[in-house]
Amino acid sequence: MNAPMNAAPVAARKLRVATTSLAGCFGCHMSFLDIDERILKLIELVEFDRSPLTDIKHCGPCDIGLIEGGLCNAENVHVLREFRKNCKILIAVGACAINGGLPAQRNHLDLRDILEEVYQTEAGVTDGIIPNDPELPLPLNKVHPIHEVVKVDYFLPGCPPPADAIWKLLTDLLAGRTPSLGHGLLHYD
Amino acid sequence: MSMSFQLDGEDIAFTPGQTIMQAAKAAGVYIPHLCWHPDFPAHGSCKLCTVKLIGPHGGRFGSACTMEAQAGAMVENRTAELDDKRRTLLQMLFAEGNHFCPSCEKSGNCVLQATAYELKMMSPHFDMFYPDRPVDASHPDVLLDFNRCIMCSLCVTASREVDGKNVFGMGGRGLLGRKVHINSESGRLGDTDFAVTDRAAHICPVGVILPKRKGFAVPIGERQYDKAPISAQVKESA
Repeated sequence: MNAPMNAAPVAARKLRVATTSLAGCFGCHMSFLDIDERILKLIELVEFDRSPLTDIKHCGPCDIGLIEGGLCNAENVHVLREFRKNCKILIAVGACAINGGLPAQRNHLDLRDILEEVYQTEAGVTDGIIPNDPELPLPLNKVHPIHEVVKVDYFLPGCPPPADAIWKLLTDLLAGRTPSLGHGLLHYD
Repeated sequence: MSMSFQLDGEDIAFTPGQTIMQAAKAAGVYIPHLCWHPDFPAHGSCKLCTVKLIGPHGGRFGSACTMEAQAGAMVENRTAELDDKRRTLLQMLFAEGNHFCPSCEKSGNCVLQATAYELKMMSPHFDMFYPDRPVDASHPDVLLDFNRCIMCSLCVTASREVDGKNVFGMGGRGLLGRKVHINSESGRLGDTDFAVTDRAAHICPVGVILPKRKGFAVPIGERQYDKAPISAQVKESA
């Protein structure tokens, strides 16, 4: 109602995209780069905000946020909330963001037992101590998928999602369509 | 004159006594299901095959695997309403087990996964349970990974009815208490007379009962449901 009726059509501006890897392996980002020369087409349509590709450290207002990885420590949760606060559309990319993935396979074990085994009692370790520096983010008791903490708008499964699926999702969104993956692009493995 | 009913508006012929699922399968029409297997009596527990009767006694939901086909019945199958409910059932299964497809050797041959693809399940939606379900590697030829069990009980039936061994049984209560038990003093598969040649060793629709040493004989990407969606394969096998 309050929008000016005679406003000129909005000039096509580049959509701002932010990406991050939380408790992930950067495999989804590598798969993203597998869109190969299509990235030239993509950068005509989008510009990158916070991302390992730009090394920008904090996320500003964005249209699309791509989250790789689940939540295994406190810093992951802060970064995820920063993305949710700034991104109009938030997308969980890959198995770890969607169900915890490989890191979540520690979830049936006690966290202290894991730390003790890795840093102190495992064969070959002598005089080990469990790292406890204030600069280290505290691990969570369990690894969680991101939809347990913030609202997620779209999910892109796969380990990693194939480049063609990432391309399909982005081009669907850029064209104003609801993203849809058909047979061969929708994969959990 | 053969009798028929309508499934999503399509005439499906049936013989008296056939269930909706059996008639649809014979006609090459896919009704999503997990616990039903054509070789065994219907179990009716997974509810994935829930269909809706819209006439002449309309508005009722029922399991296609247990409901007998009735001449002239009008039945809905792949409607948005039913597929939404089915997707929710799948999401509950994915949330209450540990279904990590990337590290599962059944990936690509898994009925649960293929059904989730068919129903476009993009996430588990619910908070994950991450239950503690130890694996049983005691048998020389077969691995049991209960993280992926969906309690379809096909192994229980196959072992009892076909193999005559009664190796598996369902027991316990509640989402985290109910599980498949092994019928041996130790509770381990290695202490039973289970054999890799048993029917029960090859009946699991998910990645629980796995013959050892052949996990990746067929590479990921070339497996059964990589080739075509599960719905298309019903038509091919009809």
